[in-house]
Amino acid sequence: MNIQPPVKVFKRKAKPRTLADQNKNMENQELEERFQEKVDAELKIEPKDWMPEKYRKTLVRQISQHAHSEVVGMLPEGNWIGRAPSLKRKAILLAKVQDEAGHGLYLYSAAETLGTTREKTVEDLLSGKAKYSSIFNYPTLTWADIGAVGWLVDGAAIMNQVMLCRTSYGPYARAMVRICKEESFHQRQGYEIMSVLSKGTPEQLEMAQDALNRWWWPSLMMFGPSDAESPNSAASMKWKIKRQSNDELRQIFIDRTVQQAEVIGLTIPDPDLKWNEEAKKYAWGTIDWTEFNNVVAGNGPCNKERLVARNKAHDEGAWVREAAMAYAAKKAKQKAA
Amino acid sequence: MAQQLPLLTYLLRRGDDNLILGQRLGEWCGHGPQLEEDIALANRALDVIGQARNYLQYAGEVEGKQRTEDDLAFLRPEREFVNCKLVEQHNGDYAHTMVRSFLYDAWHLPLQKALTKSSDERIAAIAGKAVKEISYHLRASSDWVIRFGDGTAESKERAQNALNALWTYTGELFVQDEVDQALIKAGVAPDMAKIKAEFDRTMDRVLAEATLERPADAYMATGGRQGVHSEHMGLLLAEMQYLQRAYPGAEW
Amino acid sequence: MSENPNNWPLWEVFIQSKRGLDHKHVGSLHAPDARLAIENARDVYTRRQEGNSIWVVPANAISASQPDDAEMFFDPADDKTYRHPTFYSIPEGAKYI
Repeated sequence: MNIQPPVKVFKRKAKPRTLADQNKNMENQELEERFQEKVDAELKIEPKDWMPEKYRKTLVRQISQHAHSEVVGMLPEGNWIGRAPSLKRKAILLAKVQDEAGHGLYLYSAAETLGTTREKTVEDLLSGKAKYSSIFNYPTLTWADIGAVGWLVDGAAIMNQVMLCRTSYGPYARAMVRICKEESFHQRQGYEIMSVLSKGTPEQLEMAQDALNRWWWPSLMMFGPSDAESPNSAASMKWKIKRQSNDELRQIFIDRTVQQAEVIGLTIPDPDLKWNEEAKKYAWGTIDWTEFNNVVAGNGPCNKERLVARNKAHDEGAWVREAAMAYAAKKAKQKAA
Repeated sequence: MAQQLPLLTYLLRRGDDNLILGQRLGEWCGHGPQLEEDIALANRALDVIGQARNYLQYAGEVEGKQRTEDDLAFLRPEREFVNCKLVEQHNGDYAHTMVRSFLYDAWHLPLQKALTKSSDERIAAIAGKAVKEISYHLRASSDWVIRFGDGTAESKERAQNALNALWTYTGELFVQDEVDQALIKAGVAPDMAKIKAEFDRTMDRVLAEATLERPADAYMATGGRQGVHSEHMGLLLAEMQYLQRAYPGAEW
Repeated sequence: MSENPNNWPLWEVFIQSKRGLDHKHVGSLHAPDARLAIENARDVYTRRQEGNSIWVVPANAISASQPDDAEMFFDPADDKTYRHPTFYSIPEGAKYI
């Protein structure tokens, strides 16, 4: 529920270490301990509960990035709604991209429970200040990309999302439960597209393999930097915002996906990929983090187009939102009179 | 067999209207003026695509040449599409899209309502399902027309412009040619005069509340039902049919 | 930060999934008025046959209890187990009770 907590203003005093400050510190420490006890006892944190500022900030950052990713993610897939090859596929794709809008909406709502408005959050996206998943800065070039995005990108995303259903912050966890329920068809429809293509004409098979080649590594990058290089991970694990590390999730994803690729006769584009019988998992190659950092820094193939598209929708929608509010105000006034 | 051809044309018209409108509405996905509206528009698009599929499937069966809904949607040339010109018009701004939907819904709802009483049971069943969907569409599009008309000066101007620009395509909706005549006689299709009366009532009611002016019935553009479309129809089909045309015979 | 007056306010959405059940809070959304809030709730929250009835409430119209009050509010109920039927022992053989 989006009951916004009273905004606490902490004024930085020029001279610290007064008795009052020390008391405040003690109090905060006590509150933080109580908070951590709740988290450790698997009690959900709710919007009006006391929480460490850093917990709140981490959540706001993570939930809004997640929301932006859903909304920006509509663009590469939306690119093929007009060209879907059958009416059934058109309906499925439209329903799927619509789901992403819904997921963005649930997540913006979850972020709002932390005292940030959707307007503010969206502003940060439009100005380029906020991040979103870099995967959506890659272009969808062929129909097989729609299959690959569903199979790999949604497949990678759902690993995170399933974990987040148990995240410590109540509104976030509830949004994720709803999202996971809806998301379950997304990966399957993508895999089905790939499977049909790989059984199709030689051209279609080639299309599918090419899409896998282009989306494989960016999908692995979606799990984030390796644990050793992931600065926020430790705190997030302690607060049970995250429950599994980037590397753990990535490994599970690889193990599952390699098998799925085999079933439909596609080849994972990694020459170092090898089953390790002892460890019961795949050994695999090295991620090109230079590419990743480059895309994060704004130099991916579609970064600029994505922001232009979101800004355009927002700007062109301004008069619509304004008209609706003006009309609502008129009606409210008439009713009151 | 004499009955077969008019019925086929009639079904293609119903299917094509919805198909082309769905194609246009789908263009909004990801670009709506507000996240909530984006979702609402996608629902609207999904409904009309569903209706298109129902009518085209039936058309394929009536034709008896083993053509599927996809064959009909993706492999017919432009001149064989028999949708009204209203639905192929560009989306324009949100007022243009909503007014286009409003005009379409205000005609489509009474039509499909009447078709629930069609002597053709299959049509009656398709219409029965469609009526629920279109009732909601008309409610939502009317609401938006009213909001725009009675909103800000800018939204009023945009809505009035859209209405003026699109009005010319409303005449075609009520034309009764020999296809309609044959089916009216057979009790399959309703007399369009009754549909027009309900359309007029909706226009008067909603436009009055929206404080918008109903354009005069001047020149009415026709030709869609005979496959003579606006120039942008070909581009719409080029996009929609691209994969099926580029990879003939492939399964997707 | 000054709030742009053209931004749609926040509404809380409650859905009754089946006749006879409670309306349950499912999430929130933005809308300019109650009518569009209900329509948007239909489009956002009932796409998978989840709905039979919808309530929407302006988020700022909801008052909520404070977490700090939780102990005095709710803990006193803990020892009133005699409010529950399982508190009572019934002689064996008694029926319909």
